[in-house]
Amino acid sequence: MSKHFFGDTTVLLGRSLRHITRSPDTIITTAIMPIAMMLMFVYVFGGAIRTGSDSYVNYMLPGILLITVASGIAYTAYRLFMDMKGGIFERFQSMPTARSSVLWAHVLTSLVANLISLGVVMLVALLMGFRSGAGVLAWLSVAGILLLFTVALTWIAVIPGLSAKTMEGASAFSYPLIFLPFLSSAFVPTASMPGPVRAFAENQPVTSIVNAIRALFAGQPVGTDIWVALAWCVGILVVAYAFAMRTYRRKIS
Amino acid sequence: MTTQQAPAIQVNGLEKSYKELRVLRGVTFEVARGSIFALLGSNGAGKTTAVKILSTLLKADAGTARVNGFDVATQAADVRESISLTGQFAAVDEILSGRENLVLVARLRHLKNPGKIADDLLERFSLTDAGGRKAATYSGGMRRRLDIAMSLIGDPPIIFLDEPTTGLDPQARIEVWQAVKELADRGTTVLLTTQYLDEAEQLADRIAILHEGRIIVNGTLAELKQLLPPAKVEYVEKQPTLEDIFLTLVGTKA
Repeated sequence: MSKHFFGDTTVLLGRSLRHITRSPDTIITTAIMPIAMMLMFVYVFGGAIRTGSDSYVNYMLPGILLITVASGIAYTAYRLFMDMKGGIFERFQSMPTARSSVLWAHVLTSLVANLISLGVVMLVALLMGFRSGAGVLAWLSVAGILLLFTVALTWIAVIPGLSAKTMEGASAFSYPLIFLPFLSSAFVPTASMPGPVRAFAENQPVTSIVNAIRALFAGQPVGTDIWVALAWCVGILVVAYAFAMRTYRRKIS
Repeated sequence: MTTQQAPAIQVNGLEKSYKELRVLRGVTFEVARGSIFALLGSNGAGKTTAVKILSTLLKADAGTARVNGFDVATQAADVRESISLTGQFAAVDEILSGRENLVLVARLRHLKNPGKIADDLLERFSLTDAGGRKAATYSGGMRRRLDIAMSLIGDPPIIFLDEPTTGLDPQARIEVWQAVKELADRGTTVLLTTQYLDEAEQLADRIAILHEGRIIVNGTLAELKQLLPPAKVEYVEKQPTLEDIFLTLVGTKA
């Protein structure tokens, strides 16, 4: 690791954050879709969905938070793609700068941007009547799971960001990730689904993550869900990181 | 190792293929310190590939290259301390202002007083008035000037300019030429690639023609001229070129 790694990463992080503050629309668009879904599910479909929980906002917020991250990382890929296409990525790589800083600055920017979006969505949820009796430890656990989930998805986003040929290609990968919560316990209990769908829903990562966050918010015991959730997040993170680094080395040798 | 006397760039038998496509098939040349060297070739001749290898962005399949005395494969970090790359597309950050772009590069090169460096360069490249504006609002020529200014930060002894005037209008082209000449006057070694014959003729001390992955000719303009049939004397009425007309009408000093 270069002796300038932290300094260079800080400088480049400052640059990317300036991009965000100068075009806050990326954060607003990221937050608007999950908010719209939340409004629709709570005030349109929610009345017809039997979840066994007394507040539907409380029930579906964890899924909405995951959708927020999934749509937020599309911008991570987009920002990286723009740097690749504009040649500024190559400029940085040909300078006496710690090379990996360029990538890490994008990863950290993704964390900050998603954190802000999550905050906005959370605020709207509170206005819509979301309430939680969770203690400090439970809140910290929720924050930790969301952070880990964001990091894992960010490294997935790095792969198309580095390798895409077009802007659409760079962000299209996020659509299935946004869709995944619908095939989980995020909006309806999995028990209502037909056999094969239910089998998929109960064994895909989103369900365990949603269940863990939901239990933490409700102040209930999380059981094994949290360990399954953490295992999924770490697993995705490790695989995505390995593939992202391979793509990176193929681009810059 | 006396890097001072060695040529600024030494390239020997460089080869590079992309799958089946052999882009470089044994490229050999040297660039003397403080000179302007033009790598001339049509699109797809391998110019950009050669520049990318020399600026440590790509690895060669075979052959060696030394830049400022350092091997590009084994001493990449030292090479990066010695060079600046101005790529084919003006690589400026459009969302940042011109001044912020310069400060960013100065900080990434770990220099003291990034603000002062930025202000000095803005002045030298006549961008002081535009310094606070987003680079996205710049004209093509201004972007290129900012791009070159960013490359000069830290006074690297060797600068690579990959097709610096492609896509520029005639006025902007002359501005860039001026900037390149000034660089050489200050002792910087410049390796530039171009597909324009007049650009090589205007700027370069030596010209090498890269064709189908090999250097087919390498020499000064006078030497290259001798390769052709001897000059014939013909009497032709010298009409102004369209470029002369254009530049006179729009009132450029050059």
